[in-house]
Amino acid sequence: MTQSAFIAAVLDPDAPVPMGLTDASGHPVAARFNVYRNNVAVSLKEALSSGFPAIKSLLGAAFFDAMTGVYLRAHPPKSPRLALYGETFPEFLAGFEPLRHLPYLPDVARLEYVLHQSYHAADATALTADAMQNPDALIRPLRLAPSVFWIESAYPVTQIHAAALGGSNPTGGGETALITRAAFDPVATGFPPGTSAVLTALNAGTPLGEAIDLAPAALDLSAFLCALLTGGALISSQDSAHV
Amino acid sequence: MLDHRNSWRDARRDTLPNGAGVGYKPQHFSNLASGKSSVEWLEIHAENYMGAGGRPLAQLRALSDLFPISVHGVGLSIGGDGRLDPDHLARLKHLIDWLQPARFSEHLAWSTHGDAYFNDLLPLPYTEATLTRVCAHINEVQDRIGRQMLLENPSAYLAFSESTYAEVDFLREIVKRTGCGLLLDVNNVFVSASNLAFDPIAYIDAFAHEAVGEIHLGGHDEDADETGAPLLIDSHGREVADPVWTLYAHTLSVGGAKPTLIEWDTDVPEWEVLAAEADRATALLQRVPA
Repeated sequence: MTQSAFIAAVLDPDAPVPMGLTDASGHPVAARFNVYRNNVAVSLKEALSSGFPAIKSLLGAAFFDAMTGVYLRAHPPKSPRLALYGETFPEFLAGFEPLRHLPYLPDVARLEYVLHQSYHAADATALTADAMQNPDALIRPLRLAPSVFWIESAYPVTQIHAAALGGSNPTGGGETALITRAAFDPVATGFPPGTSAVLTALNAGTPLGEAIDLAPAALDLSAFLCALLTGGALISSQDSAHV
Repeated sequence: MLDHRNSWRDARRDTLPNGAGVGYKPQHFSNLASGKSSVEWLEIHAENYMGAGGRPLAQLRALSDLFPISVHGVGLSIGGDGRLDPDHLARLKHLIDWLQPARFSEHLAWSTHGDAYFNDLLPLPYTEATLTRVCAHINEVQDRIGRQMLLENPSAYLAFSESTYAEVDFLREIVKRTGCGLLLDVNNVFVSASNLAFDPIAYIDAFAHEAVGEIHLGGHDEDADETGAPLLIDSHGREVADPVWTLYAHTLSVGGAKPTLIEWDTDVPEWEVLAAEADRATALLQRVPA
């Protein structure tokens, strides 16, 4: 029997059990084959459940279980690193017909995914607030730490994410979600839409003094700079850059 | 800057002691980092430490200064009918070069098909064709990482009518052809023996103990198939069952003391419960004549 035939039957609960598999007495197996069907489905659903807890909370456990059963068959992991399973989950949610009335879900899933990417990103030595006191700091190119990510969303995505995990109800509209990791635990902070232009410029080597000219009028600059500094987001341009 | 990790590291951490270890879970970090634990070594799942940085690698770096570490891969798909995933092999080599663990082990199973990974240890028929393929993959891994690997016996729920080798003979032939060592999972032997109605004592007696570099013990669940026959499931979610301890004691009497790991991967208990399991293995290991 080929492994193609074996895995096709594992993934399709309605398919007949492949020939040539027996119990101790040489009889065909069914419950025994279901062990593999169950292991594959349950373990991949668990990986998605721990990867996307806010999506699970927003949709309820039963819906999430059924939907991830569809997803894992259409988009099985491409690598044994299950901590990063679900790269295509946001696009899947965007195209999943029963969820058309919840258009913010894909961005919440994107946020959950980049939180994991940030958690596993390379360590870097951040510039301190003292180092940033140097007038030079505004005119020399900086880099963003590998643990920094951002998402531009038409929805208050950081608030929806927090509310799904037990926080207060979201208010307001779109935002730039900034993800920073001071030590080991990533934090998501919401800023006015368009703030991502500053981050993109910084990452391309634009000095801070120039990059902040791109900030939207609504951005509270001191809160933004404070988030970058306390989040360990700025590193020297000689250090390895965010990719 | 000089990397002092290897220069001052205790040479004893380069081999596994013939004592009890546990599968490392992050919730037990502070119990282990306190240095007061009686556990002698740790095993990690390779795939959980393939990120670029952050807490997982920081914890592993700290623990590797305190304990010998065994790296246990679950995703290489040694038995897969396609080629080994070159990206995954590269990540594994990177981890092993960085950590310099005492051991590396993988499974006699497959988990990848095409470019998809299914996160389960899927079974193999024991035929000439499988033997050739598995040996080629083991040779490729050993060449790439520059060290011997251990291969673990699987837990079986069913048999392939096309098989022409008994499992112990199949494993012995792999050792002969590749020079790899074996990881003897005593719970897997018990589970397979119950599910496929063979004698676990005879299996242990026929095993290539001279090649065994590590023993695994874990918990299993009891279910039944559609005929009502017992169906044991290798779940790693509870204490090691009493008859598995008995089989372990027999294994030690035949093969001698070996580094022994307690695996507990789901419904992970408080540290004290896991440590008590390790202490139970230690007590049996100490009874083995030197």
